[in-house]
Amino acid sequence: MEEIKSEILDKEKQEYTINMGPQHPSTHGVLRMVVSLKGEIVQNLVPHIGYIHRGIEKMCESLTYPQIIHLTDRVDYLSAHINNEALSLCVEKALEIEVPERVKYIRTIMSELTRIQSHQLFWASFGMDLGGLTCFFYGLRDREKILDIFEETCGGRMIVSYNTPGGLMYDIHPNFQKKVKDFIKDFKKLLPEYDQLLTGNVIFHERTKGIGILSKEDAISYGVTGPSGRASGFACDIRKIEPYSAYSKVDFKEILFNEGDTFHRYFARMEEMRESMKIIEQLIDNIPEGDYCVKMKPIIKLPEGEYFQRVETARGELDVYIISDGNKTPYRVKLRTPSFCNLGALNLIAKGGKIADLVAIGGSLDFVIPDIDR
Amino acid sequence: MPFNIYDFTSFTQWIDKGLYDSLPAFWAMIIEMTIIGVAILIFYAIVGLFLVYAERKVCAFMQNRLGPNRVGPFGIFQTITDLIKLLFDELVPIKNADKFLFNLAPFIVIIASFMAIAAIPFAKGLHAIDFNIGVFYVIAVSSMGVIGVLLAGWSSNNKYSLIGAMRSGAQIVSYELSVGLSLITIVILAGSMQLSTIVEGQKDCWFIFSGHISAFIAFIIFLIASTAETNRGPFDLAEAESELTAGYHTEYSGIKFAFFFLAEYINMFIVASIAATVFWGGWMPFHVANWTAFNHIMDFIPPFIWYIGKTAVVIYLMMWFKWTFPRLRIDQLLKLEWKYLLPINLVNVLLMALIVLMGWHF
Amino acid sequence: MRSIIEYFTDIFKGVWSLLVGLKVTGSYFFRPWTIITQKYPENRKKLVMPDRFKGELIMYHNESNEHKCTGCGICENNCPNGTIEVISKSIVNEEGKKKRILDKYVYRIGMCVFCGLCVKSCPSNALTFIPTFEHAVFDRSKLTKILNKPDSKIMKGEE
Repeated sequence: MEEIKSEILDKEKQEYTINMGPQHPSTHGVLRMVVSLKGEIVQNLVPHIGYIHRGIEKMCESLTYPQIIHLTDRVDYLSAHINNEALSLCVEKALEIEVPERVKYIRTIMSELTRIQSHQLFWASFGMDLGGLTCFFYGLRDREKILDIFEETCGGRMIVSYNTPGGLMYDIHPNFQKKVKDFIKDFKKLLPEYDQLLTGNVIFHERTKGIGILSKEDAISYGVTGPSGRASGFACDIRKIEPYSAYSKVDFKEILFNEGDTFHRYFARMEEMRESMKIIEQLIDNIPEGDYCVKMKPIIKLPEGEYFQRVETARGELDVYIISDGNKTPYRVKLRTPSFCNLGALNLIAKGGKIADLVAIGGSLDFVIPDIDR
Repeated sequence: MPFNIYDFTSFTQWIDKGLYDSLPAFWAMIIEMTIIGVAILIFYAIVGLFLVYAERKVCAFMQNRLGPNRVGPFGIFQTITDLIKLLFDELVPIKNADKFLFNLAPFIVIIASFMAIAAIPFAKGLHAIDFNIGVFYVIAVSSMGVIGVLLAGWSSNNKYSLIGAMRSGAQIVSYELSVGLSLITIVILAGSMQLSTIVEGQKDCWFIFSGHISAFIAFIIFLIASTAETNRGPFDLAEAESELTAGYHTEYSGIKFAFFFLAEYINMFIVASIAATVFWGGWMPFHVANWTAFNHIMDFIPPFIWYIGKTAVVIYLMMWFKWTFPRLRIDQLLKLEWKYLLPINLVNVLLMALIVLMGWHF
Repeated sequence: MRSIIEYFTDIFKGVWSLLVGLKVTGSYFFRPWTIITQKYPENRKKLVMPDRFKGELIMYHNESNEHKCTGCGICENNCPNGTIEVISKSIVNEEGKKKRILDKYVYRIGMCVFCGLCVKSCPSNALTFIPTFEHAVFDRSKLTKILNKPDSKIMKGEE
């Protein structure tokens, strides 16, 4: 009896553990979080991953280089073009071939369209997590227009397999330029609606300002890249640091904020959408004529050695590291995915906050679970 | 049979006289009460079914989509089929739960809203109970719903349901203050708590216009506070699907869950009809003081249609709030009430008293 | 005094932002012509699919039931996961020479990843993707398709 009484009065022992299991409406995908709480305050959070591990890096060791492209599509399915581009650029760097200008321009335009579409889905699901269910439908309605553009040119909406070592699979459709210009015109009119519905809303400010602050030192030490890192002041945009494809020819701003809270992580993505539209506008009318592909050997063999390429996906920095021993299949392919490193910071910034804020913080870090598990 | 669509008093008195003439007094009273009870129950069921369908259609139109459109023309039979499906659900028994309270909780919620409907004036003469403390009765009876919520959370033997029920209970009890105070503002203007007097007093001008600033603020506060009281709209953290727990009705399935679900929509209807009665004139058509020709045209539309129309507009406003705004956290909810709504309400009551004393109303 | 002014400006700014949000959803409610739902099974006849959409792999046959596939097996080597199986047989043709021709071209649509490498690497351009998308079946064996039609022969000039 005395022990029970002392246990109830002992505040330290009032901690309890709950399990936000793999199936949950607000973790975007199969992520299991074991959260230990004291009342409403989060004490510790342990994510358990691996529910969608498919062994992509191991599978790459038995496939030739054009065959690996379809696997990189499925690593982060919302940045499919950018992932394909990463692998193609790495192989082209290893073989030291130079792709035509036309290919570079088209690759950049497709990457920026992918970035816009990923941020649209982020807006849709973030609004839905916080309770404004109409945001989901508006975001997806506008994303359909980009997916229609992809479908017409590449043959697929989410799984595209369009970039390939040496160039592109096919040339762009004749309607491509007109459709992209129409989309940009329409979206510029619709983007203020997104701001009116969510960004300026006082309830939204109360839910996100000052919540989940990530300092610049922590962002650098945990390796949080992408809009989440840039909102904390870490200038990590690969498009500015090591420009690839046609990024050295366009003029755009890098979005940096200092506060590092949930609201600024959200706002950085909204501003990035505007910058992406600026990039596309600079490129869409000036696509040079030329070939869409360099003639490659039927069997691609990389010379022996290690090759590395970094690109900026919608979530952060994706690195492809290939070790080749001269055969037609690589010896080892390693993908450093952005969501894996961003997840590491979740424990740090959710500690000390309420459980209702955990949903907002998890949504603002914007992970895609296959990106974590590969 | 004297059936006048503009004034139901002759119809109800005909039924009353008929019963008391042909039967002994005791049985006549029993049969009359049974008729009224059955009529209200049928009304309750129809309104509930219709409101669920209306909510799905309204939210679909706001989201650029169609909503239910396959079951029946324009999907009007969707709710009936949902109800049939809920009836077939397996009633999962809970181990170690307090069975009596577990089964009682949905009934308490239904009874509270049923009692509140009885006091609402639907049209001239169609008013089940006409107390001289009508407003006070409605507020008191709709507060009984909290007991049902707390019982549901406690008897589920589930710590998450209990947390959800506690939060919900705290929210409802806090916002009742604001509801009561904003209704008192109008009672000051009307001079009586009897609902039929309040409606009659709006013959020349609805209270929201005659009380101008003060009544307008009271209306806004009433709308916000009653949305919070019925656990709807941006204040539904206690039962939100994308949060950790499903709230106090997690462990209920089948017809008992249908009771909670229906009671939420009926509560919304009751709150909307109180707002329409007290602020917008109930079944009284829109009259302007001295424009007799205009008033005659307005009188042409039957009072029942006016009542339904006003209630429908207020219900649309409540649905509009729910589907636009994100949710508030529980501590922000309570902060809103105690730091913002309550002080403004108190000042507003004083303001209205001043207006009435000085005669500055229309 | 300043805090009282802040209190009221907070309230007004907050209420204004909420009203702006309401205007957006309200404007969509009152414009039902902006609804974008497509009533799927009823609009099959009017549906226009883009012709590059990767729905299903077929072997192109012309009007006289001839195809272009020589049975070389390059597509089978390029396929990442073994979706394609090329079964060939050797026959004696009119000139008396022994030749290999295609017997059966097995395509398992349940395993296909729609990467497009088979189409790209075929030297005689025999394969293409068509935009059909209704592939759901009740029986899994129907997902294994034989792409060359019965009694079809190779086109002249393709060997």
